[in-house]
Amino acid sequence: MAPRVIVVTSGKGGVGKTTATANIATALAALGNKVVAIDGDTGLRNLDVVMGLENRIVYTLLDALDGTCTLSKTLIRDKRVEGLCMIPTAQSRTKDAVAPEQMEHVCDELKKDFDYILIDSPAGIEAGFRNAAAGAGEALVVTTPDVTAVRDADRIIGLLESMEKSPIRLIVNRIRPHMVMKGDMLGVKDILDVLAIDLIGMVPDDESVFTSTSRGDPLTISSTSRAALAFRNIASRIAGNDVPYIDLEAPQGAGLFGFLKKAFGQGR
Amino acid sequence: MSIRSLLSSIFGSRSDPRDRYDDSPGQVGMDRLAVLLVHDRADISPGMMENMKLDIIEVIKKYIDIDENQIDLALENEDESVALLATIPIKNVLRRRGRAAK
Ligand SMILES: Nc1ncnc2c1ncn2[C@@H]1O[C@H](COP(=O)(O)OP(=O)(O)O)[C@@H](O)[C@H]1O
Ligand SMILES: [Mg+2]
Repeated sequence: MAPRVIVVTSGKGGVGKTTATANIATALAALGNKVVAIDGDTGLRNLDVVMGLENRIVYTLLDALDGTCTLSKTLIRDKRVEGLCMIPTAQSRTKDAVAPEQMEHVCDELKKDFDYILIDSPAGIEAGFRNAAAGAGEALVVTTPDVTAVRDADRIIGLLESMEKSPIRLIVNRIRPHMVMKGDMLGVKDILDVLAIDLIGMVPDDESVFTSTSRGDPLTISSTSRAALAFRNIASRIAGNDVPYIDLEAPQGAGLFGFLKKAFGQGR
Repeated sequence: MSIRSLLSSIFGSRSDPRDRYDDSPGQVGMDRLAVLLVHDRADISPGMMENMKLDIIEVIKKYIDIDENQIDLALENEDESVALLATIPIKNVLRRRGRAAK
């Protein structure tokens, strides 16, 4: 299989890009792949913290780019999961610290050693986004089920299309099943219709995400929470498996079918 | 975007999605989102809407006496699609002489 470079992005900030990158990278490695997650969000770096690797940073991506060290020196090997590495970035430099050609070069180098290269990028319209996404072939767009996030996702999808990324697939994060059931939240099917994009996963709003970030343990290492399962399923779909969508546990005994019906916007 | 009911609501009432209490918040959100996306994708600026309004006024007032200050033009959600709706109040129209029966 040819190595794949996937940028994880969003229109709006704070919707779960870093969380998704950490968990999907970890899950892809757990499936037996060689994976590197790059922190491409130079302004707001925190992939290292979410992955619990912040104390092991010696060199960052920017050091490799300005020739302070080689690229391989920036790789932090995750001791918990075989095959998983991350490349941190630095906070205190300008947003345009990484040029698009540099990022392409970095990705090309990494393709020699890894099956998957995931890039955690800044939110959409920010200057750093184009740079971070430059080396990627595919894109995952993260949104939450609310009007402003979906609106901003539409813009970034247009931008990704103009950059000829393919496939571009959507993660709907922080779904609250009971609100979808009541019709209080945008339905996933409706969001997909309006954005005209394929779905790769639905992730519930889950307290386990907070505890995992606090500990620096990505959920997909060992958690059995619903969010962990959702991220594992996304990784599996990325790897080409046909995974059915999970029961996000519909309350009031409506069960899987009831939830999916609502999530997909039927029966209104 | 469809401009199918441009003038359809001259006398009719408008429907602001937020006024439809019977619809769930999720549905109202989707309706508003659809309108936002048409604005974004077609790159329709407020200035453009204003110019379009002025042009429409020029055309219509050749035929009917309208209240120019009360005209409202907006993209809205209408039966599953987004439409350009204009509300154009008509000033008192006087009965024409010589048209009475017999
Ligand atoms: N599925 C989820 N359930 C609960 N909290 C979440 C979920 N996804 C993300 N969060 C929280 O949302 C916040 C923003 O997430 P983050 O991944 O840093 O977003 P971004 O990288 O897009 O700015 C974090 O506090 C994170 O813990
Ligand atoms: Mg982030």
